[in-house]
Amino acid sequence: MVEICESSGDHGIASGYELRVLKQPGFNMNSIKFLPPRDSVLSRREEIISQLKAMLPRGSLVHEPRELVPFETDAFVSYKQMPLAVVLPENTAQVAAIMSFCYRNSIPVVPRGAGTSLCGGAIPQPDAIVVGLSKMNVVLDVDYENRAAVVQAGVTNLRISEHVGADGFFYAPDPSSQLACTIGGNIGMNSGGAHCLKYGVTTNNLLGVKMVLIDGTIIELGGKHLDAAGYDLLGLVCGSEGQLGIITEATVRLIATPEGCRPVLFGFETSEEAGACVSEIIASGIIPVAIEFMDKQAIEICEAFAGAGYPLDVGALLIVEIEGSDPEMDDMLSRIVDIAGRNSVKTVRASQTATEAALIWKGRKSAFGATGRIADYICMDGTVPLSKLPYVLSKIAEIIDRFGLRVANVFHAGDGNMHPLILFNANDPEDAAKAEEAGNEILKLCVDVGGCLTGEHGVGIEKRDLMRHQYSDDELNQQMAVRSAFDAEWLLNPSKVFPLEGRAI
Amino acid sequence: MISYPENDAQVIEVVRGARAEHRALGIFGAGTRTARDPDDDSASVSSCQIRGIVDYEPAEMVMTVKSGTPVAEVEAALAANRQMMAFEPMDHRGIMATSGEPTIGGVFAANVSGPRRFTAGAARDSLLGIRFVNGQGQVIRAGGRVMKNVTGLDLVKLLAGSQGTLGFITEVTFRVLPVPPAIETIVISGLDDLAATKAMAAAMALSVEVSGAAHLPASVIGRFLNGDLPKGEATVMRLEGLAASVSVRAAKLAETMEAFGPVSRLGAYESCVLWREIRDVHPFADGSKRPLWRVSVAPSVGHQLVAALRLEACIDAFFDWQGGLVWMRMEADPKAELLRRHIRAIGGGHATLVRATDEVRALTPAFEPLPDGVAALSARVKQKLDPAGIFSPGKMG
Repeated sequence: MVEICESSGDHGIASGYELRVLKQPGFNMNSIKFLPPRDSVLSRREEIISQLKAMLPRGSLVHEPRELVPFETDAFVSYKQMPLAVVLPENTAQVAAIMSFCYRNSIPVVPRGAGTSLCGGAIPQPDAIVVGLSKMNVVLDVDYENRAAVVQAGVTNLRISEHVGADGFFYAPDPSSQLACTIGGNIGMNSGGAHCLKYGVTTNNLLGVKMVLIDGTIIELGGKHLDAAGYDLLGLVCGSEGQLGIITEATVRLIATPEGCRPVLFGFETSEEAGACVSEIIASGIIPVAIEFMDKQAIEICEAFAGAGYPLDVGALLIVEIEGSDPEMDDMLSRIVDIAGRNSVKTVRASQTATEAALIWKGRKSAFGATGRIADYICMDGTVPLSKLPYVLSKIAEIIDRFGLRVANVFHAGDGNMHPLILFNANDPEDAAKAEEAGNEILKLCVDVGGCLTGEHGVGIEKRDLMRHQYSDDELNQQMAVRSAFDAEWLLNPSKVFPLEGRAI
Repeated sequence: MISYPENDAQVIEVVRGARAEHRALGIFGAGTRTARDPDDDSASVSSCQIRGIVDYEPAEMVMTVKSGTPVAEVEAALAANRQMMAFEPMDHRGIMATSGEPTIGGVFAANVSGPRRFTAGAARDSLLGIRFVNGQGQVIRAGGRVMKNVTGLDLVKLLAGSQGTLGFITEVTFRVLPVPPAIETIVISGLDDLAATKAMAAAMALSVEVSGAAHLPASVIGRFLNGDLPKGEATVMRLEGLAASVSVRAAKLAETMEAFGPVSRLGAYESCVLWREIRDVHPFADGSKRPLWRVSVAPSVGHQLVAALRLEACIDAFFDWQGGLVWMRMEADPKAELLRRHIRAIGGGHATLVRATDEVRALTPAFEPLPDGVAALSARVKQKLDPAGIFSPGKMG
């Protein structure tokens, strides 16, 4: 049993659980708790800092409160906490030395890539050392014969594709934050993206890692060969949210860039028609690279922001992306248009130029940012079976109505991964509480129809306390036991993923 | 003693019984993939009586099946809806000279994949969810039935390929894909192993979506398509998809491959037969118990491994997965030390002894020994799922 820290009060340098919702900071939100900080660590703060200083090169340690501010939260900005210190190692050996030090001194460790987690996966705590991988940003090896790249964990997602693009290759997973997010973070969260309908998510594109365990042991899993020699620890580590170790290098799959690609817009009167069209496309044997869905609210927000030319007189929009050579795309497109026609499509618009194509995607990929300009929002990430999409959409509308809120739905329709954005006013504590409550109801709904709490954003702190809705006690205990095999004392990112109460440590 | 539970409750009973009596328990399906260890007189439990398709929504491309269901039954249900398992699991009966009906649980427990694995992923990549009984006799669900799911630790991947050493899988949910309407194979003749490796790498760098790339040296060529492939070595590349796509891509691929050697093409029927024979390792389905290795290395160095071994041992081999999967038959001695030393020398990978005589199996570790750090971690992980160590102790390191 763990004592839950109730107050948002002062823990040394910690600022507690202050809400900083996008535009209006100041409102305290503290419904999600962190583990209480260890006095044994806080009381030794100065000593710990001086020991870290002795271990690391100049410029690799951040400990002044003012300089720690950028590390107090991630993209789940509703919560923030100051860490004890931040270290920015330059190589695997330094990571190992830090881990070994923290292990010997029982200091919690919070790994951090670019801090773009949407579920609070990188939010620190007052007694934790943040290990930031941003300085480890070297592409170590590009090997086209084996279609693999070996990169340090701090290399950004997009940079891999940029690095190999001129030679006709790319790295497939493309989370919306790909400009900033790191491959280490992607592996930690098993990130997806719009194009994983065809290419899969991070775990399907990861060949190997070098990682440091909590006691400082360096291990390598996988490599340029396929499949594991023993247990699939690589598969277990991917998506483990920084609870099993710190990844310092990754070997990822490169894929030959398709000859061309074409996003096509399909506008429908209703979400039901759009949903039926998605099912029929999938069932027909065509696997587009991506099928993205936006409802009326989302269309309006994104169009106002990006001017992508989305039709405004429709109730639902699909972006279907196909790829291949021109004759192939013409063939596929004519089949998809037929299917859309059978589902009462109102508008069909294929991009004619690369600029138009980019604009169509810009609108979709800026959905979160564009929404943030008009209101505060929280973003859900549940996945549901495809056949349940229309039902879930209507239930979401019901829930949102009941709470008197607004919602914009954008999601990866091809794989049932929903992203309802619940709009609210962060200046109004009641409104904020309602949004959180509505969000929880929506996620439970996703689980109840046979889906899951999170498709690609991760559990972090955000969905941690809903885990018991998806898993039985035995199931959670089994996951926690496996976690303990890597980190018996639960020093790694300890406030995340598993409910704080009833932990089997 | 073999028990055949029919449901979760009976599996729990068997597991708890073994645990209470500190008995080891071997888990298997129909036993078509592994010959039983000759010294193994421990109790076994089979999934064969836990069968049936639980849920199949063709429009969602997801199927849930009880683990003892024959693969043939799964494939028939999928075929009726023109769908398939993208990872095309191999059938071990030919090389193992076993009989019976392979089970779907066995496919996932051994992470069995075929030629499409190098582009479409392994069995574990298609596996969305499982239900299993752990060593404490608890039913654990992991994953689910949706394609994107990052809720908690991915125990699905951990159990896939764990060879029955972590839990008894009672149900699996996996993703399926449409059967491509068109298929064609490009054959480049007369390339040696090195040239074939270069040709396959060049093909994979093209935007033609090759879904199978194998190299069949002269010594095995007669065993494919009843000896109908062109004489000499054959480097074969498969294209699948909509008819229009396949024809465009085949033309592009053939044009590029002409720089490497004479190109011919196989139509749909011959392609299906050929890739099934490659999948099932037809040349080494010879009724013998000569040691057979399945070796996974980086695609560009598979040929180096074979060349190095040929200097020191009498081997026969062919290549799948763009050269990275080497099926290798030894004359008598498995040469395990030699093989594994060479694998380390070319940058790593792993070798699994799939077949051998009882005497050889008793002396040779079937699975690649793990480095110390990973071995210690793996042992701790096993202990967390099977605290009493009842599921095939010692089988996986």
